[in-house]
Amino acid sequence: MTDLYQDALMALAKDAANAGSLPPPAVSVMRDNPLCGDRVTIDVSRDGERIADVKHKVRGCVLCRAAASALTAILIGAPKSKADAARIAIDAVLAGKAPDPAFESFSVFAPVAAARSRHTCVLLPFDALEAAWAEST
Amino acid sequence: MIASIRADFPFLDAPVETLSYLDNASTTQILRTALQAMEAFERDSRANVHRSVYPRAERATLLYEGARDRIAAYLGVPSDEVVFTSGTTGGINLVAHGFGNRLSAGDEIVVSALDHHANIVPWQMLAQRRGVVVKVIPVTSGGRLDLRGLDQIVTHRCRMIAVTHASNVTGAITDVATIASAARAVGAKLLLDGAQSARHGPMDLPGLGADFYAFSSHKCFGPTGFGVLWGRRALLTEMDPLMGGGDMIRRVTFEGTTYADPPHRFEAGTPPIAAAIGLGAAMDWIAAQDVDAMNAHEDALTHRLINGLRRIQNVRIIGPQDDQDRLGVVSFDLDGAHPHDVCQILGMAGVALRGGHHCAQPLMDALDLMGTNRISTAPYTTAEDIDRCLAAISEAARKLL
Repeated sequence: MTDLYQDALMALAKDAANAGSLPPPAVSVMRDNPLCGDRVTIDVSRDGERIADVKHKVRGCVLCRAAASALTAILIGAPKSKADAARIAIDAVLAGKAPDPAFESFSVFAPVAAARSRHTCVLLPFDALEAAWAEST
Repeated sequence: MIASIRADFPFLDAPVETLSYLDNASTTQILRTALQAMEAFERDSRANVHRSVYPRAERATLLYEGARDRIAAYLGVPSDEVVFTSGTTGGINLVAHGFGNRLSAGDEIVVSALDHHANIVPWQMLAQRRGVVVKVIPVTSGGRLDLRGLDQIVTHRCRMIAVTHASNVTGAITDVATIASAARAVGAKLLLDGAQSARHGPMDLPGLGADFYAFSSHKCFGPTGFGVLWGRRALLTEMDPLMGGGDMIRRVTFEGTTYADPPHRFEAGTPPIAAAIGLGAAMDWIAAQDVDAMNAHEDALTHRLINGLRRIQNVRIIGPQDDQDRLGVVSFDLDGAHPHDVCQILGMAGVALRGGHHCAQPLMDALDLMGTNRISTAPYTTAEDIDRCLAAISEAARKLL
């Protein structure tokens, strides 16, 4: 198996871009992975169909922290449709396919494709974002 | 000794990978004699038990009930007190149902903060059904049961103390004598979760002061999906079955059905016959070993492991740090690094550990941890396995911290 913990991934996790929280009326959603104890909180402030701002707090593994950083970095100010496209892109990466060029930053997760039990670590921030968006409507 | 033990485990015959298997608290590897006994049954004697009278079926029944006799001998109990289950979890649920349903609102069950979810959740479910109260023996910061307040926790309303015989997270062996005497003093029963302890040699369960003892085959070098519940006959006789069906009845009519005596009352349907035979063979193998030497081998490895862990920067051992009253189950934290990251890196280095909450979330909360990395030995573990593990932990620390 390819090393999951390559420098780019470690940097993404350590960088923790957009870590923090947002004041109300932003919506905050927490998601747990009962298998490993990962816990992600995503705060989203909404402007119509646009993600005005998004922050995350992660108590979890390197993969989960890196995923939260990578996801939020591309979504601030973006239309919600970009989050939907990001989900399709990360699913493809975890299925072992070449990353969508529009989501090049997700390529650091390519080695995770072979580690089936770790997919949920990467997907937890995506799930939390989706839940936060649904609650904000 | 270790060479002959290793020769008895097929996973070491022609390994499919470089592997230092140190996840034995989760599942031990299977014995050759267990596999052979199961294959011989399936090939030469496969038929249903307790039903038909032709020779092949008679052999099946003899092998199945023979396994019960061998397991009973290992536990130091009569055969009719040995109930076959799906595992430790199945056994505890059976007691929580059959014994628990005789309790009344306000009766108390005492569990501990060291326990596995399998010895917590069934009692919580009982509490919801019957209004009984679940109380908890706390844990010390050193990962052992804190028995100082036992007198206050175990009151005259206590009907059952259900605790682990040895922790699956910290390796601490429970002071059963103290707990058994607290139970006796108020007329409560004692259930021990023997998942971690059962494989360490033949026992005298009644002498231990227990009333119920549950364990799993897959942690005793036997097949998966099978286990044993021992209960004192008088208690089993009072218990209702959890499942109804064939083989557990005395007489069935539409007006009313009566149940078979224990243990068959609790074994509805065609049982896992091969699994019972496999576990019987495994327990025979353990009983035939020099058990003291085998346990001393694991103790020496645990000593080597703890000393090695102490020398690695940023490693904190979770649980007892000494050699007394413990098993070869050692948890550690690597400066807050997520256990799945640590275990993934160790896995790539051919070292198999379990990382996470180990089905003991209340213990993780008590120790304020997200999870731990857990190393657990077996008789086939070598000093080289321990050293490879220690080197891989150092490598993981370099990578993650």
